Amino acid sequence: MSDRIFGGVGLLLAAFFIWGATRIELSFISDPVGPRTFPIIIGAILGLASLAVLARPDAEPDWPRLGRVAEIAGAVAVMVAYALLLPELGFVIATAAASAILTWRLGTRPLWAVVSGVLTALGIYTVFHLILGLSLAKGPLGF
Amino acid sequence: MDALASLADGFAVALTWQNLLLALVGCFLGTVMGALPGLGPSNGVAILIPLAFTLGLGPTEAMILLTSVYYGAMYGGRISSILLNIPGDEPALMTTLDGYPMAQQGRAGEALALSGVASFVGAFLATWGLVFLAPQLVKVALLFGPAEYFALFVLAFATLGGIASRNQAKAAFAAALGLGIAMVGVDGQTGVPRFAFGEVHLYDGIDFLVAIVGLFALSEVFIFLEHRGEDTVEGHASKVGIGRVIPSGRLLARCTPTMLRTSLIGFVAGVLPGAGASLGSFLAYSMEKKLVDREGTFGKGDPRGVAAPEAGNNAAAGGALVPMLALGVPGSGTTAVLLAMLLALNITPGPLLFTQNPDVVWGLIAALFIGNLMLLAMNIPMVGMFVRVLLVPPRILMPIVAMVSFVGIYGISGSTFDLLVMVVFGVLGWVLRKLDVPLVPVILGVLLGNLMEANLRRAMTISDGEWSALVASPLAIGLWTVSIVGFVLPILFGRVLRARMGRRKDEEGAVSD
Repeated sequence: MSDRIFGGVGLLLAAFFIWGATRIELSFISDPVGPRTFPIIIGAILGLASLAVLARPDAEPDWPRLGRVAEIAGAVAVMVAYALLLPELGFVIATAAASAILTWRLGTRPLWAVVSGVLTALGIYTVFHLILGLSLAKGPLGF
Repeated sequence: MDALASLADGFAVALTWQNLLLALVGCFLGTVMGALPGLGPSNGVAILIPLAFTLGLGPTEAMILLTSVYYGAMYGGRISSILLNIPGDEPALMTTLDGYPMAQQGRAGEALALSGVASFVGAFLATWGLVFLAPQLVKVALLFGPAEYFALFVLAFATLGGIASRNQAKAAFAAALGLGIAMVGVDGQTGVPRFAFGEVHLYDGIDFLVAIVGLFALSEVFIFLEHRGEDTVEGHASKVGIGRVIPSGRLLARCTPTMLRTSLIGFVAGVLPGAGASLGSFLAYSMEKKLVDREGTFGKGDPRGVAAPEAGNNAAAGGALVPMLALGVPGSGTTAVLLAMLLALNITPGPLLFTQNPDVVWGLIAALFIGNLMLLAMNIPMVGMFVRVLLVPPRILMPIVAMVSFVGIYGISGSTFDLLVMVVFGVLGWVLRKLDVPLVPVILGVLLGNLMEANLRRAMTISDGEWSALVASPLAIGLWTVSIVGFVLPILFGRVLRARMGRRKDEEGAVSD
């Protein structure tokens, strides 16, 4: 079933891609092939491959239980929040928080998760900023 | 001997304090990444690329660091195979067959030492193979025009799934997806935006480093989160005693013919498109088993069964560098990632690299020789240190991997948008891995899409729109033929070969070698 859905989504994607390719504006500079042809070829391959998957699906993959999917969704949320808050909070605070939550969800006990998160942030800060001189996001506190 | 003279120049480049230090750091990090299950050569190198880039390393320096990681990971993979029966990365899978039984018999130290020597022999011989074969391949590649290059790219995609590919439709899907992603952004030849949907951030296209780190490194974090609490490494490693870590002369003498034979097989498997290190070690092991296993000791802790796959996979790693450097078309996951590094530094591998930047190529090759010696030193007397690294639990390690990935990408652009795109790629990588869609063609598509299209359009401009120009030369016809055969063969024989490789890893396991 998963592969049939996958093939269906792939077909839609291919159709969308080809449609998008036909709507690429042409400029006054041109070559025999133009900017549309190659994307259309790719879209066609995408579509054919999706059809093949749709026609001959593999065995059902081992999807995780709903709880685990929620875990992954949670991790994605943490990462998105991290990306958005990084410039606001600064590297050390944002990283400590994000890695503490991630290691907690991976099975570290809460108190140790905080310790591990802070150490991770400080460790990366020391190695990459203080020693290697990489510029990391600066927050209101300057780190 | 041109090659030897160039190599001597290469040593002059590699033997600076900075480059030696980079090789040392790379070898160390590589061994650690190889040893840790879940971090393999391709995602290890992927995480380091943005860092090498933001640190402002030059092309030679960056390549020395990253290929040392690559070689190191090939060494490191065996450690957890032998001690824990969990391959540290995919190519080390075959090493578990005889390595773990040896450890159970209390000969872990012997197995580690022997496999260290075998790794050295394989990598050393393969690096010599690289010295002599790459310049020959360059001579052929100089005959290539745009049409031949286009055919070569097609060949790379067609064979990338490998002869053990499970589903060619999915491999083709992955390649088309990657190529499609590469199309986003302003068209290089006519200057019109494509698939940007008015979003300014997309006009520059999607940075392939963002895609690579997301697909390889972040998806690994999600996989770990999914499997949390199952077969943990914790607790295993402390129980295993290592014992003596110096191989006896007799043992080495007994395994020498094996190491030499399997190095050759591994090297050939590495050079050929679509094979790579995993297949190299598999072929090496099964051939040795056929050839010398008269008492039926393979699989029960035969030292030759440890030496064979290790020499094979390290030789394949060296062999895989040949097409990447000489043609600019990688045949495996990690070499694709290395190619990304070169492209990020505005260096296009291929025949011109050898003429325009000989210092990069030969400095790199010289560094491989030096790194290999360092790895031998690290992996035999100091192997205990790496065993201790195995005690770091993934629940601590994986957040570090994620955070270092973010640091690297943020360092390049300082843009939150790129970080979000990376997370999207991480999720995409996870879904694709669950669905058994290979990730390497996606990466290669993102990397090579624009070059491939440029070659097609150049060929068409030369022929004035005549499509038959793509198959006009014997060289091009040959490349197309190999592509078609390479794509169709796995559909016919893949099942048989896979059954014999006896996939012991979990289904969505390692990314690739």
